[in-house]
Amino acid sequence: MSGERQLTCREVVEIVTDYLEGAMTSMERARFEEHLSACDGCANYLRQMRETIRLTGMLEEDQIPQEQKRELLMAFRGWRRD
Amino acid sequence: MDGAETLASPEDLALVERLRAGDETAFMMLVERHQASMLRVARMYVSSRAVAEEVVQEAWLGILQGLDRFQGRSSLRTWMYRILVNIAKTRGQREGRSVPFSSLAGDDAQQPPVADTWFQGPEGEWQGGWSSLPADWGGLPESRLLAGETLRVIGEAIAELPPMQAEVIRLRDVLGWSSEEVRNALELSETNQRVLLHRARSRVRRALDEYLEKRTG
Ligand SMILES: [Zn+2]
Repeated sequence: MSGERQLTCREVVEIVTDYLEGAMTSMERARFEEHLSACDGCANYLRQMRETIRLTGMLEEDQIPQEQKRELLMAFRGWRRD
Repeated sequence: MDGAETLASPEDLALVERLRAGDETAFMMLVERHQASMLRVARMYVSSRAVAEEVVQEAWLGILQGLDRFQGRSSLRTWMYRILVNIAKTRGQREGRSVPFSSLAGDDAQQPPVADTWFQGPEGEWQGGWSSLPADWGGLPESRLLAGETLRVIGEAIAELPPMQAEVIRLRDVLGWSSEEVRNALELSETNQRVLLHRARSRVRRALDEYLEKRTG
């Protein structure tokens, strides 16, 4: 045992982004992974977060109106002439 | 601002060359890629959509005029957004509009990542442990996850977020920016960027879970 108090599941959901972002010290990461290896609920939660990120990546950007594009193209032509 | 910053990529530098040479296709590609997001960012600082459109138009002119000075010490998009945010903030101030950071960012009290009812209280066997386990989405078919309706649920959840959270998750997870680029473009500290991303992703996960639960249940 590390001697430190174990993380609760409620704490795990608060720091899951620190984990995914690589913003933990090696001690913190070890403690986090130790909890996950023994907790199906948190392991599922982490997978849900990863899946959320993957699915969010499938979204597409809003379309822009043709008129705005035309205006910007005109601005670009004007800039080039200067 | 943070010390070490990613330099412009070879693609950035090539694009800048094409723009300087007056390449319209290159310019319109850049517009397609950034216009929608630039409008949303501008909208955070000014009073209306119409003013935001003017700000973005002005930002594009500023970007074009500044191209000769672009030295590649940051990524092209980070540099572009700094010009945009500067103009938007100045315009917002002139409008007498001061937007407190907290109203752009939201706070935890309004949206815990997971509702309290999911956890055991003081009377439980494991206080702070799950009272019912989060679902295993691994069992769901890919066709279900990628269905238009699932993506619509994600889009709506993002649209309901406080504006800065919405923009951070869009730039990071929809458009694939690095955390450093987002921090520099939106003038956020490392911690703030991560907190905003955390709240946003947690909220979207929650919306997805409620949606997927209802349909499987
Ligand atoms: Zn747990």
